[in-house]
Amino acid sequence: MSSPRVAVLGAGKVGTVLARLAVAAGRPTAIAGSGDPSALGLIVDVLAPGAVPMTAADAAGQADIVLVAVPLARLDSVPASALRGKIVIDVMNYWPPVDGVLPLWESATPSSSEIVRDVLGVDVVKSFNHMGYHELDAWTRPSGDPDRRALAVAGDDPAAVEVVAELVDAMGFDPVLLAPLSAGRVLQPGSSDIFGANLTRAELLSTLDNLGVAPAAACP
Amino acid sequence: MKLRFVRALGLFSMELGIYSFGDSGTVPTRQRLADLVAQARYADEAGLDVIALGEHHRPDFTLSAPEIVLAAISSVTDRIRLSTGVTVLSTADPVRVYQQFATLDQLSGGRAEIIAGRGAFTESFPLFGYDLRSYDLLFEEKLKLLLQIAAESPVTWQGRTRPPLENAEVTPRALQEPLPIWVGVGGTPQSAVRAGRLGAPMFVAIFTDPAPARGLVELYHRAAAGAGHDPATLRVASGGHMFVGRTSQGARDAFYPYYSEYLSLLPQFSGGMPREVYDQWIRAGLLVGSPQEVIDKIMRHRELLGISRYVGQFDVGGMPSGMIDKSLELFATEVAPVIRKETS
Repeated sequence: MSSPRVAVLGAGKVGTVLARLAVAAGRPTAIAGSGDPSALGLIVDVLAPGAVPMTAADAAGQADIVLVAVPLARLDSVPASALRGKIVIDVMNYWPPVDGVLPLWESATPSSSEIVRDVLGVDVVKSFNHMGYHELDAWTRPSGDPDRRALAVAGDDPAAVEVVAELVDAMGFDPVLLAPLSAGRVLQPGSSDIFGANLTRAELLSTLDNLGVAPAAACP
Repeated sequence: MKLRFVRALGLFSMELGIYSFGDSGTVPTRQRLADLVAQARYADEAGLDVIALGEHHRPDFTLSAPEIVLAAISSVTDRIRLSTGVTVLSTADPVRVYQQFATLDQLSGGRAEIIAGRGAFTESFPLFGYDLRSYDLLFEEKLKLLLQIAAESPVTWQGRTRPPLENAEVTPRALQEPLPIWVGVGGTPQSAVRAGRLGAPMFVAIFTDPAPARGLVELYHRAAAGAGHDPATLRVASGGHMFVGRTSQGARDAFYPYYSEYLSLLPQFSGGMPREVYDQWIRAGLLVGSPQEVIDKIMRHRELLGISRYVGQFDVGGMPSGMIDKSLELFATEVAPVIRKETS
């Protein structure tokens, strides 16, 4: 089977790093910004050569896996209909000093990804959100490297979580599986010591253990 | 690309300076502002090239109106350039911003500069009644208008973010022709492209390793070349947090508690910054250390990014004023002269 096709929606600080890592992992990668794809040519050429600029609808439509990395205030610009049937990864975080106070995300629900899921109307998997974009860029390591960092992958659908875990591994990180999606709350800013800590797999597992969160059984 | 950087390096010798948001800590605002003016006066006397004051709208910072403080500084200094760092242009009126800085420029004998940016935080949007969903449009339009006003008067302009201007005189005019207007970039690639397209000088905020910013600088130069701007006129500056101590270990230990407290405003450090992460940041490039260590780190910015100006945030985290003064003195007397000599 050929590699799943990846689309990154959002071509800012985070999106360009994710696209670069997906290309480096050998995945056919499309990237979309907020405007005309032709305006992205230079940015992609410099920061993520090999990725293909497209409109968001086209990028999502032709992909198997879609990473959503747009400002939350503009989540409504994501073409939700093009996401149906895709594996959708929410890499975003809600942090009011930057995102502004968004009433929808202020409500007391378990995790921001559940709100993203409800807004987009599709199942999502939460991952790539708890390391900064500089750190994601700096910490890619081959499998088995003792310095390799871990990324949690939280979702409701075990098959989707498996596919995302494979992408995480291919992009240079150890996947740690969590279920269900709401368990991903511990990955968010201010919820625990995981956000921004750049932990190895052993460290992430031990931090989760201290929080009383058990990884999903399929965890490799 | 590398060749162009090297050429740019030959064109501008290094300018060195400081920037501040007026972190208040436990110091009353009145005292903090007085200290800041005194520190600017010292920086001027010690020969630093620029002081930049940034704009935040949060209780932990005293500066929301940096132009007022710059005006006070202008009256007690002779040579130092007076900049913002940054002016949150998206939520300001470019006409008013130009008038304020043209006035400062006249008062100071041609020393005013603006760094226009979108801001690291967005608290000014609700404060002034702007919609965050228009984040990009607001900055794009207002930056173009500000550059147009700096280039010509009367101004005729029409857009979506402000009422139109019909043959409007914007006065007074700045003493410098034109008033220097930099574009501040925090890491967003589109911001670097925008600065290049407009041919404006670019300021990049860098806190740890400068290497990832090479992509931004390359985008800047390529966008500028594509828009037909003369590469010889393009300038790149960088800046970030800075603390200089007599010894490397002494600087690290003394600065750590203040930095940890300061960075607790970020979600990943809300419980304080772990010491091992702090040490990791210093190894990666954070400007904390002995004069020689800080010299080497600034020179690395120059080698990797072709900068011709570095400004250090010198009063981070509510440090006591004596500690700020000592670090500032080492920067002005033991860091800046060496770098100037090496790059002249």
